[in-house]
Amino acid sequence: MTAITHRLGSETLTAGRLPKATIPVAIAASAVLGYALAVLASGTANIGLAILFAFLVFLVTVEITTRVVEGARQAADRRAGNLIAGAFLLALVPLGSVTFEAVSNGLARFDLAFFTQSMRNVVGEGGGAVHAIYGTVYVTGMATVISVPIGLLTAIYLAEYGVRNRLSKAITFFVDVMTGVPSIVAGLFAYALMGLLLGPGARSGFEGSIALSVLMIPVVVRSCEELLRLVPNELREAAYALGVPKWLTIVRVVIPTAISGIISGVILAIARVIGETAPLLIAAGFTASLNNNLFANPMMTLPVFVYDSYAHPGTDVQVYWDRAWAGALTLILIVMILNLVGRLIARRFAPKTGR
Amino acid sequence: MTQKLTRPGTSRGAEPGPGTGAPDPKRRGDRVFRGFAMGAGILILVILALVAAFLLIQGSPALFADPAKLISQGYGEFLPWVLPYAFGTVWAAILALVLAVPVAVGIALFISHYSPRRLAQPLGYVIDLLAAVPSVVFGLWGSLVLAPAARPLYEWLSANLGFIPLFSGTVSGTGRTIFTAAIVLATMVLPIITSMCREVFLQAPRLHEEAALALGATRWEMVKMAVFPFARPGIIAAVMLGLGRALGETMAVTMVLSGTRNITFELLTSENPNTIAATVAQNFPEAFGLKTSQLIAAGLVLFLITLVVNMIARWIVSRRAEFSGAN
Repeated sequence: MTAITHRLGSETLTAGRLPKATIPVAIAASAVLGYALAVLASGTANIGLAILFAFLVFLVTVEITTRVVEGARQAADRRAGNLIAGAFLLALVPLGSVTFEAVSNGLARFDLAFFTQSMRNVVGEGGGAVHAIYGTVYVTGMATVISVPIGLLTAIYLAEYGVRNRLSKAITFFVDVMTGVPSIVAGLFAYALMGLLLGPGARSGFEGSIALSVLMIPVVVRSCEELLRLVPNELREAAYALGVPKWLTIVRVVIPTAISGIISGVILAIARVIGETAPLLIAAGFTASLNNNLFANPMMTLPVFVYDSYAHPGTDVQVYWDRAWAGALTLILIVMILNLVGRLIARRFAPKTGR
Repeated sequence: MTQKLTRPGTSRGAEPGPGTGAPDPKRRGDRVFRGFAMGAGILILVILALVAAFLLIQGSPALFADPAKLISQGYGEFLPWVLPYAFGTVWAAILALVLAVPVAVGIALFISHYSPRRLAQPLGYVIDLLAAVPSVVFGLWGSLVLAPAARPLYEWLSANLGFIPLFSGTVSGTGRTIFTAAIVLATMVLPIITSMCREVFLQAPRLHEEAALALGATRWEMVKMAVFPFARPGIIAAVMLGLGRALGETMAVTMVLSGTRNITFELLTSENPNTIAATVAQNFPEAFGLKTSQLIAAGLVLFLITLVVNMIARWIVSRRAEFSGAN
């Protein structure tokens, strides 16, 4: 603990501290230096390289100045702080890049034809994803219809009936384990199940819904259970005191109090599964035409459309990749809107818990 | 009003005759509702068991078939066939974690202890946005944007650090290597690890933190002394959950890698080990008969690997919840 160094002769309170302007000046200087180094190293002005060099220069500058003026402990503190902030900025790079690329590449085919035509009899240019968009709505809608009752009832059991008994502990544990089931395994499960019921090789939208349900149920259970536990116990006790049976209390008092949260939880769960590709690839299959029958024949979905356009392009690759990017942009927009709506509902109509 | 006092539970609607011994209809409703709720819960356990059972049933032809038949009609003998893929799965997931964990812990600390309090929640949302991007979009981005962009880096690594076995070999011309796949995977597991670490960091005992600061610790020393020791089991669990996710993630690897069936630790070449999930996704649409069974059996192997990893992670979490006083 010898670290706090006091400069001889300076007796102000700020002695032994870097002046406030140090950090902004260091940032500016290392930005310039980093850019120069990048140009020297690669011959061209590569932005990624420049930022990397700038960050390294910044780390070294701050390290040296702090160590000289403030001591080793402060230097370690600043180094850790800079690295931590750097980690956060690093995570923004893929997010920014994905958004930018999806928008800039996706806009080429983000037109009317994309939302009004299917790929039936389309070989080169043109065509659209309307069959995939319909398929996504059907498959995800059916998955929601299956998952919400099961998930909500389970959450009710966990929160209201089986509080801390053995069965509910087992259910909680395995619901958590179920969140970790690989999505492709869910697809294989649906395929195996339908293969036993309908004969091998059967693919349908409903099969995709089953696969998505396996992924969606645990999400619904977790969010609903949390919400039900937030409902104040006083409400339940007031209902019991009025002689209302437990199940009516749940249906008429507990669920209405938590309904906004439940709806937002369901919307977020939909957002979570609507972009799933692998299970639908296995269970719902590929097709180029619109299929309005959920229970027979393969059904195209938007994520599979993106994958298919990317992985199986025709002779003019760019045309197919443009469609893939347009599909990706559509998918991102759908997921973002669902997330936004879910969060808004949760915040706008949050239960008044008096806290 | 000559009637005797009714029981409070029957004050509205149907009135059961007192003392008739007939079950109270409302309590019957209660039993039915309870039964439904419990049934739904049990159904979940059944579904999870069925996942394993159906994969076993449909995969068993490949598991128990005569090796000669598998060679002629399938992809070859099961164990020698699946082991390289199992290696690829674990190898890609570990690479992804090596890249993701330091960054994720850093981000979680930034949000919980370094950023201004008012910014913490919006910043958390930004990282959650990363989790919202569908995997197929990440796959597209990884192979069409990241791979070409990362190629100069790979060439530099190979030229200057080629003496390290990891970076040896001829650099892939497309940049679509297992290293690229690992970066995409790392991006995808990052938000999961971050959000869980963030929660654990926020639960670190306030008094310990303030005591450390009051004794003159810098912020980083406070984090090292008061936050990390408390959060260690939580971080381990978060890493295990991230591992489970990385093991099962399909599309990133499927779209980025043109994988082969070999065991190699070289990161930058065009000969990359494939993962189980990617192999299934790439081959399943065209497979039939014994090949389908074999792919389903491979799925079963993947399921068991992730199940074990996830159960260990959840066990750590639940053990921690019991001994920590924070919740």
